[in-house]
Amino acid sequence: MSLDRRRWLAGVGATLGSLWLAGCDRLTANPTFTGVLKVAEKWTQGAQRLVTDRKALAREFTPADISKDFKPNGTMRPQDPAYLALLVGNFAGYRLVVDGLVEQPLSLSLAEVRAAPSRTQITRHDCVEGWSSIGKWKGARLSALLDRAKLKPEARYIVFHCADTLDPAATDGAGQYYESIDLVDAYHPQTILAYQMNDATLPVRHGAPLRLRVERQLGYKHAKYVMRVEAVASLDGIGRGQGGFWPDRGYEWYAGI
Amino acid sequence: MADKPAKVLVRRHSGVTRITHWLNVLAVSLLLMSGLQIFNAHPALYWGAKSTFAEPWISMKKEEIGGEPRGITTLGDRRFDTTGLFGWSGREGAREQRGFPSWATIPSYRSLADGRRWHFFFAWLFVINGLVYWLWGLVGGHVRKDLLPTRDQLRLRHVLHEVATHARFQFPKGEEARVYNVIQKLTYLLVVVVLLPLMVLTGLSMSPGFNATLPGLIDLFGGRQSARSIHFLSASAIVIFILVHLVLVVASGFWNNIRSMITGRYAIEVAGEVEGDKA
Repeated sequence: MSLDRRRWLAGVGATLGSLWLAGCDRLTANPTFTGVLKVAEKWTQGAQRLVTDRKALAREFTPADISKDFKPNGTMRPQDPAYLALLVGNFAGYRLVVDGLVEQPLSLSLAEVRAAPSRTQITRHDCVEGWSSIGKWKGARLSALLDRAKLKPEARYIVFHCADTLDPAATDGAGQYYESIDLVDAYHPQTILAYQMNDATLPVRHGAPLRLRVERQLGYKHAKYVMRVEAVASLDGIGRGQGGFWPDRGYEWYAGI
Repeated sequence: MADKPAKVLVRRHSGVTRITHWLNVLAVSLLLMSGLQIFNAHPALYWGAKSTFAEPWISMKKEEIGGEPRGITTLGDRRFDTTGLFGWSGREGAREQRGFPSWATIPSYRSLADGRRWHFFFAWLFVINGLVYWLWGLVGGHVRKDLLPTRDQLRLRHVLHEVATHARFQFPKGEEARVYNVIQKLTYLLVVVVLLPLMVLTGLSMSPGFNATLPGLIDLFGGRQSARSIHFLSASAIVIFILVHLVLVVASGFWNNIRSMITGRYAIEVAGEVEGDKA
C-alpha cells in the first residue's frame, strides 16, 4: 500500500473517529435519545423477573469468604445534626418509623427492631462501580415488619428515608439519601434491615444503626442510615421522582444488573 | 488463452449476514466504548468472587512521582508508566485521572450512569442480533456450508500453507476465493461461537439479579470478579480480532470487501471462459 493511501486512510479514520465521539456525546446530552436508551431498563427488569423465581436467593457464602477489606462507599459519616445527636447517645433515642400506606404505623426502638424476626446471611455486595466485597449481615426481616404494620392494598413500593445528606449542593431538597424497592423485593426472604455486620454492631461507615440489604440488586440500593420506611403507591413527588438518590441522578431504579 | 484474467462478481454474503454484520459493528463498537466507561469507574480487575483491593491483577491509576502526576498501569508485580494513555490522560494541562482515555469511552467525559445506559441498551441489540444470526446460521446452513472447515482445509500442510501466504499478505484471487479460507473459517468460528457468546455470559454473570436466577453460571467463571476479568479479556480479544480483520480487509482488496458486505457481490478473477454465476 502506498504511503499516500495509508495517510489518506489514517486521515479518514481519525475524522470518522472524532465525528463518532462528538456524535455520541451529543446523543448522551439529548433527553429524547436517553429516554430511548432507558427503555432497556424496563426490558431488563421484565426479563429478569420473568425468568427468576420471586424467592430465588442470592448466593450465600461461608465465613471463610468474608472480605477483610469490605469497602465502605457513599456517605461514610453523616454530618447531619439530627444523626450526630443520635450517634452521641449511641442511638438510644433512635426510632425506626414504619408508615405511609399501612394500617398500623410503627415507631420502633433499636431494641424492638433487634427483637423482631431476623435473618443472618453471608452475601456478596456488588457495587455499581464494579467491585465486590463479601460480608455477614444480621437484621430484621423487612417482610415481618411490613406484616406487623399491615400494608394497605394500594401500597406498591417501599421507600427508605435515610439520615444522611449525600449531596449538600442540591438546592431542590433532593440531597438526602433515599431508596425504594417494589413489593417483590420487599418480601424477599433475604431483604433485611441489618444492625450487625460480621458479628459486630453495624459500624457508622456501613450505615449504623440500620442499613437495608436487598441482595439481588447493586450496592446503591442498600440504603444506609435508614430512619423511616414508608409504603407508597407511587414514587412521584419523592426526591426528584425517580425512586432513589442515584436513580434521581441517572442510575437505574432497577439495579439487578 | 488466459493472459488477462476476467473479473466476475459472485454472490458472497447473504442478506442476513450483511445486515447482522453491520448491526453487530454498531452494537460492538458502542458496547466496547461504553464498557470502557464502566471499567473506568473502578479501573482494576481481580480473580475470584470478591475484590482483593490491595492485589488487583491489573490496575490503572494516577500516582505522584517526584511531585509530578503519572499514569501507572500495574500488571501483577510489574509497573508501567502509561501517562497520556492509561491512568492519567487528556490534553497537556487538562489531564485527569481515568483508566482509559476519553477518546476510548462513551460518553467521552466521565459518567458511569450514561455509560451503563448505552451499554445495556446496545447489549439487547447485540443479543437479539446475535440470536438471529445464530438461528439463521444453523437452520439456513451458513455455519455448515460456509464456516465449518472441510476435511481438506484442516490438513496441517494446508493450514501451514495458508498461514505462510497470509503472513506475506498474499490472498487467493481466483476460484479459491469463492469460499472462506481455513484461517477465515476458524477465526470467524472462534468469534461467533466462543468470544461473542462469552461476552454475553460473563456479562450476565455480573448481574446480581441473574446470579439468583442461575447460580451455576457465575460458578462456571469462578465468581463475579473473575467474570468481570474474563469479560474484559474477551473484549480485548475481540478488539485484537477487529484490528487484524480491518488490516486484512484493507490488504486483501478494500473496495471489493466493502462492496461484498454491502451488496453481497464479490469480484474474483477467473480465466476467460468460466462463468461467474456458476456458484
